[in-house]
Amino acid sequence: MLGDRRNELPAEALAYKRSRQLKEGAIAAVMLVAATVGALTTAGIILSLFGETVAFFREVSIIEFLTETEWTPLFSIKKFGIWPLVTATFLTSAIALLVAVPLGLLAAVFLSEFAGSRLRAVLKPALEVLAGIPTVVYGYFALTVVTPLLRHVIDLSLFNGLSAGIVMGIMILPTVASLSEDAMSAVPQALREAGYGLGANRAEVAFRIVMPAALSGIAAAVILGLSRAVGETMIVAIAAGQNPRFTLDPTVPIMTMTTYIVQVSLGDTPYGSLAYRTLFAVGTALFALTFVLNIASYLLVRRFRQEYD
Amino acid sequence: MAFVADRLERTAAYRPRLRIRRTYNTIATGVGLIAIGIGLGTLLWLVTETVLNAIGWLNWQFLTEFDSRFPERAGAKAAIYGTAWVMAFTMLFALPIGVMAAIYLEEYAREGWLKGFIQINIANLASVPSIIYGLLGLQVFVRWMELGRSVLAGALTLALLVLPIIVVATQEALRSVPPSIRDASYALGATRWQTIRHHLLPYALPGILTGNILAASRAIGESAPLITIGALTYVPFTPEGPLDRFTVLPIQIFNWTSRAQADFQHVAAAGIVVLLVILLLMNSAAILLRELMRKRY
Repeated sequence: MLGDRRNELPAEALAYKRSRQLKEGAIAAVMLVAATVGALTTAGIILSLFGETVAFFREVSIIEFLTETEWTPLFSIKKFGIWPLVTATFLTSAIALLVAVPLGLLAAVFLSEFAGSRLRAVLKPALEVLAGIPTVVYGYFALTVVTPLLRHVIDLSLFNGLSAGIVMGIMILPTVASLSEDAMSAVPQALREAGYGLGANRAEVAFRIVMPAALSGIAAAVILGLSRAVGETMIVAIAAGQNPRFTLDPTVPIMTMTTYIVQVSLGDTPYGSLAYRTLFAVGTALFALTFVLNIASYLLVRRFRQEYD
Repeated sequence: MAFVADRLERTAAYRPRLRIRRTYNTIATGVGLIAIGIGLGTLLWLVTETVLNAIGWLNWQFLTEFDSRFPERAGAKAAIYGTAWVMAFTMLFALPIGVMAAIYLEEYAREGWLKGFIQINIANLASVPSIIYGLLGLQVFVRWMELGRSVLAGALTLALLVLPIIVVATQEALRSVPPSIRDASYALGATRWQTIRHHLLPYALPGILTGNILAASRAIGESAPLITIGALTYVPFTPEGPLDRFTVLPIQIFNWTSRAQADFQHVAAAGIVVLLVILLLMNSAAILLRELMRKRY
């Protein structure tokens, strides 16, 4: 039979086959190496942060880091409490969410339940453009347009958390809207039709049936938006100020975790010094915070995808 | 009769609520539209204000002069050159590694813990704040690899940052290839690489290209990681090699925005217009390329 002659290939065919297998193997190996870059990057991040953070905590007590309410690592009297940075990050992110969540959810509901497919095809990419604008541009906008405008109405310093927070909210609006809209689209049409069949109108179906059904996906969207706001650097560095201050007042200059990292990097910090290590201590805190938020978001997304399989 | 009376009574109760519900529907639709309007309106407002601020300050001199302490003489030459250098090297690293990693994950990897592990890693990396990549770059590329605060260190850092974008886009593009093409190729005796090289990649090329341009758009606007690895903010020279120090347009804009003299806001606006124009051109090219390369099977 034909198959019996498999092992009797002429020499040149065998040679070709061998060289081909070698080549294929080599290519597969190269691809594998490329793929491991991803895992290596995560390892790299964890190791870089970890190494210097451990060194930092050999000199500064972790109790002080977590309980002290002043952050003055570059002054002569050094205090290393992380709270001023954390409250600033929290304040600006909370303001951002106050803007992004209502607007983003309403936009998502509109796109998912009210807009026709042609309108959606135009509006959705338009919203995505908001996400593609470089954050320096948003920072510039916050400082030169939003702050002066708000100063007509409220007593505000030139650098403050409010303008930065509002502009950050606009920046993360597409993220919240897009992921919420995905969650709402995943709701089975049967639920909607049941509602319509019982005489509900579009708004009632949208807000009383679809939104509650998509709740875990919406929660994931909000948490992801929060994560982006927490990690955002340029908007706060430009518009929120550079004064570490333990406060929840949005009208005064404050310094977020990300702003601190930028400020130190702009200076000439000697390698291995305590100041250099503060970069990594703050970086680890930031990474831990966003990591937890991202995991929460991922678990919620998995739950909303499972519910409808 | 009792039945009819009952029905008449219920209808009477139903009518006024119907009006309320209809109003609720109209308001809801309007409010949704307003929300989108606020988002897009802010975008329009931002662009308009910036362009207005840049009028008179964006000229040939601005594009060809170096930075200066005097706003009238400040230019973006160093920033534009720096951006070009950094982008070239970033894509040089990110494109091949990203595409190859995606090919491995889609075509070579067996379903198992390794594949899942790598996928989760890449997904997680996509949501890490960009400034953390800066810290990574500082430790690994600037210090450990002793590349200094160079174009190369910046490019490697940005390449890692945008890698997840390229990988995900390429994976999606490969997944969109009809299985029949894959099956037919294998059935005719082609090896895995032959199938990928001659059938899958050409089909997936528009998606891969779009993903790469998306990644480039992201990289070109990043400033935080580059500041962290030590890109300069006052640069009176252009890079001549990959190990030279540099600055990029977003960082230059950041620097101008932070300066005390009011006129520098106009200079910053001019810089922003240049950046936005570059982004617009890139994204238009992406859309154009994708349409041109669209094949029908």
